[in-house]
Order: sequence, then structure tokens, then C-alpha cells
Amino acid sequence: MVLIYSDTEKGALELLSKGRELADAAGRKVSVVITGPDAGSRAKRFIEHGADRVILAAPSLEGFKAEEIADVLEGIVKDEKEDVILISSTKNGKELAPRLAAMLDAGCVTDATSIDIDSGKLRVERTVYSGNAVAKEEFASTPAVITVPGKAFDPLPPDPSRTGEVIEAAVQPGGHGSRIIEVKKMVSEGVNVEDAEIIVSCGRGFKSSDDLKMLEELADTLNGVTLGCSRPIAADLKWLSDDHWIGLSGHKVKPKLYVACGISGQIQHVAGMRDSGIIVAINKDPDAPIFNSADYGIVGDLYQVIPKLVEALKARK
Amino acid sequence: MNIVVCAKQVVDVGEIKVNPSTNKPVLEGIPRKISDIDKNAMEEAIRIKEKLGGKITVMTVGPPDARERIKELLAMGADEGVLIEAPENADYHLVSRALARGIEKMGDVDIVLCGEASIDMFSGQVGPRIAGHLRIPQLTYAFRLEADEGKIRADRNMGDTMVISESTYPVVVTVTKEINEPRLPSLMQILGSANKPLNEWKMGDLGLEGEAPRVTEVDLSGVSMERKNVIFKDDLDEAVNELADRLAKEGVTG
Repeated sequence: MVLIYSDTEKGALELLSKGRELADAAGRKVSVVITGPDAGSRAKRFIEHGADRVILAAPSLEGFKAEEIADVLEGIVKDEKEDVILISSTKNGKELAPRLAAMLDAGCVTDATSIDIDSGKLRVERTVYSGNAVAKEEFASTPAVITVPGKAFDPLPPDPSRTGEVIEAAVQPGGHGSRIIEVKKMVSEGVNVEDAEIIVSCGRGFKSSDDLKMLEELADTLNGVTLGCSRPIAADLKWLSDDHWIGLSGHKVKPKLYVACGISGQIQHVAGMRDSGIIVAINKDPDAPIFNSADYGIVGDLYQVIPKLVEALKARK
Repeated sequence: MNIVVCAKQVVDVGEIKVNPSTNKPVLEGIPRKISDIDKNAMEEAIRIKEKLGGKITVMTVGPPDARERIKELLAMGADEGVLIEAPENADYHLVSRALARGIEKMGDVDIVLCGEASIDMFSGQVGPRIAGHLRIPQLTYAFRLEADEGKIRADRNMGDTMVISESTYPVVVTVTKEINEPRLPSLMQILGSANKPLNEWKMGDLGLEGEAPRVTEVDLSGVSMERKNVIFKDDLDEAVNELADRLAKEGVTG
């Protein structure tokens, strides 16, 4: 009934937790698909975390290519008559799910924040309009393809006594005119803004990358917090790596304190930090939209405000 | 190269307000525009045409007033526009089915270019769905593209990794906002766009009369952003002290 695929093991374990709940409500089964050469060795872990069945497929596949994985899943969904397909909302998952849905002529919802069966109807919620609204959507047909963001559901605790079936699927991917030439690690500074408790963030108001030292000083005063930034700093100017980028197409964060310095507050940026505890904005433009999204704001030149704020915070230690 | 750029007319998301009495986002009266990232797809199409020659067609599924948006892309450099009249309750299945059929109807298309996602819904479904319907390769999240006669190569931002892929034609390519800076049309181009062909197709013309959506929206509720909005101005010394006190009181200073 429920079929799970993720390009990461952690993602699959999270999806299993929701998949188990949906399947139990209908008295049906949850299967996990794993591909690649050593798939069999990983099967037990999924069974311990709630899978009834682990389907080993396409052992010849190395790495992730959406066209191939979609072929494999299409075959399995048709053979096994699966109704609900849960896929992680990684970039890989988000290019896979709609392709698979089209091949199955199926509905698809990406980045679902809740999934429930309501009077026999599969309903999901997702955030739309850059966080300004939540849409509740209903599937009119099966199969239904849904992608789920990381950490939306906690994995079930492992139960070593659980038993399940491990089967091999015969389905093979077709040939495609695309190929992967190289996979490189993205330039990374090893920063994890998504788990940060306090974030000090910079935007276009900074005149040069050297000036970020000032921001680091503010960060130090607030006990070693994490630096974030808006899109232009990471994507255009490249003063900071993409790990710092907060926004709709960057990272989504929810620290207890978010300090936006020299950030105008484009809705795409706000979409990435609107769930923060307290939001502080420093901007010289009194009409900057960031102030509408702030709990506290200072209208002033950040080159004057930040050093003064550092002093004021130090004086209170 | 025969290139199709898929573009969507969206509401200007930055202008959306939530009506506090109904808790619904107010979408009426909000300005419409071409989804930003679709302009990046258009710019990339123009650059490919400049290098290899060919023709660019803009294809949109939307309401009648999307004609005006298509004209903006004709002014930017597209040769021809197609507006497919959006059916009631259009979901991603209907929209991408219509685009895929439209592309098949045109015939001999080499490259389908899309933005990675539209800025209103940000689902990112349309590009991969078209590729799935047509059963052709897809290069997603491209932030650099190099098109040649026989193949196209893309540097793709896949989050933790950068993936370099290449594909033969036909292919669907989705691009990110970083790939380029879309050009602004000149006055002459804007005037000239009025003479470029803009065809209108209906779902029936594409053999999709009565095709049902797979997903329907049952509710849309606003998420209002309620913040304290305490803004200090004028005296900066007073402002930073006031702010430091408030932050200490909130217990968020580390």
C-alpha cells in the first residue's frame, strides 16, 4: 500500500514512521525500495524501523539518476499496485517524484507538512505563496506521490524483534540519453544553519566581504552564533558559501534569535526564517519590508549600529 | 535548435496580504507577472539561440490575461508564443500534460527550458513532469549550461553536491536563478513584439478535453506573520541599549 523511497537512509527512516501510521490505519503494508549493489545488507535496519517489506531493485545502479530510479519505481508501483508513494524532499527526491507521477499519470504534492487519511480521502498540507498561506489538498486518484521534507517526522525506535520480508524486484531501468559526468562536493564551510539556536545574518547592506568581520564580532558577543545570509551574498557575491544561505531556495531555519543586518526582507528571504523565535532587523531604510517581519528593529546605518550593539551587549554580560 | 520555454503567470507574492477576518490570503487585485525564474530560462534560451541558431517558442498554460505576460517574453527575444487556456481546477497533472501535448504538437523540439520552480507555489513539478510525460531525459537545477550541436552539458546544484551531467536532445532543462541575469527588452523590441505570432490553444485542441485533475485544493488559509514590530529610530545609543535590554529580557542572548 505504502511505498517508500529516499536517496538517504535517514530520510527513508523518517518516511517509514509516517508510512507505518498510514498503513496501520488501513491494515495494509509498508515497503521500502532500495537500489544499488549492497542493498541487501541494509534491509534489516528498515525492517527494525517499521517496514513490512524491503524491495531490492536494480543492483547494477550506482549513484542517483532520476530517469533510472523513476523507471524502477514505476515498475514496482505497477507490479505491486502501491497506492501511496512517499519520497524525501531532497533535490534528488524533488526531481524524481514529479517525473514518476507523470509516468504513472498520477497526482503529486511536494513538500507536504502533514499527511492524513480523512474519511477515506488522502489529504496533505503544504506551505504556498512564500509562507503566506497553507494549502490543504486532496488526492482524487491513486497512486498518489508525495514528497516530505527532512525532519517532518521522527523515525520510529528500532525494534530488533520485528520481522519482514526481503524480496528482489526484477524491474530494470531503461536506457536514457543523459549521463552523469562528475559529482563534486559543494563548496562548504561545514556550517549547519538549520540546527542553529542563534543566527546573525547579513545582506546587501554590507559594502565588502571584509566588513563581515563586524558581523562575526556581533556573533562572538552572542556566544558563538552561526552566520547566515540572504541570496545575493551567497549566490551572486559568493562572500559566504551556500550553507549560510537562508531563504526559499536556500535553507529554512528556526533559531530562537534571528538578527537580520542590512537585509531588505524580500519575501523569498523571509520565507526561510519566518518561524524564528525573535526576529531583529537592522536596516538604514525605514521602509524596508524586513521591519514588518521583525519583533525589534533599529533604523540606522549598520556600520554604526553593530559596533554600538556589540558594546551594549558586552556591558550586560 | 528548436527551443520551448515554459513560463507561468504568477501573482506578485510580495504583495499578498492575509485578510484578518477571513484568514484567507487576498489574491484579487494583486499584480501579475512572469515567474522570475522563468525569465532566467528565457534568457538562457536566447543565449543558446545566439550560439546555435534556431527558434524560441514561449508556452504558457494560463488565463486569457496571460497574453500580456507572453508579450513580455516575445519582447525579450522569443519568436512565437502559445497560450493554452487553463482548465478549471488545473493541477500539475493537467498543466504539464497540456504543455507536453503542446510540445508534441509542435514537433521536433530539441530543448524544453523551465525555471526550477514558480515563485508562487515553488513545487518544481512542471519540468520533471514534462520529461516524464515525454519520456525524455531531464537536467534539473542547472546553474550553468553549455549547449552544442549534439549534446548539452549542465552544472547542477543538487544541495550538498554539484553534479555535472550531459544529455542528448530532446531534453528538459530546469534552471536556477543564479544561471544568468535576464536582459531587459529595448523599446523597439517591445513595439516589435506586437507583430510576433501568439497562438491560442484549448485543452480540446490537445486531446485533453474533460481530463480530470489528480489533486484538488480543499482549503487555503492565510498564515499571518504576527510580530511585535517594535522599531527604534533616531538616537542610536538609546536604540542599542533598549534593544540589548529587550533581548536580555526575552532570554535569547545566548
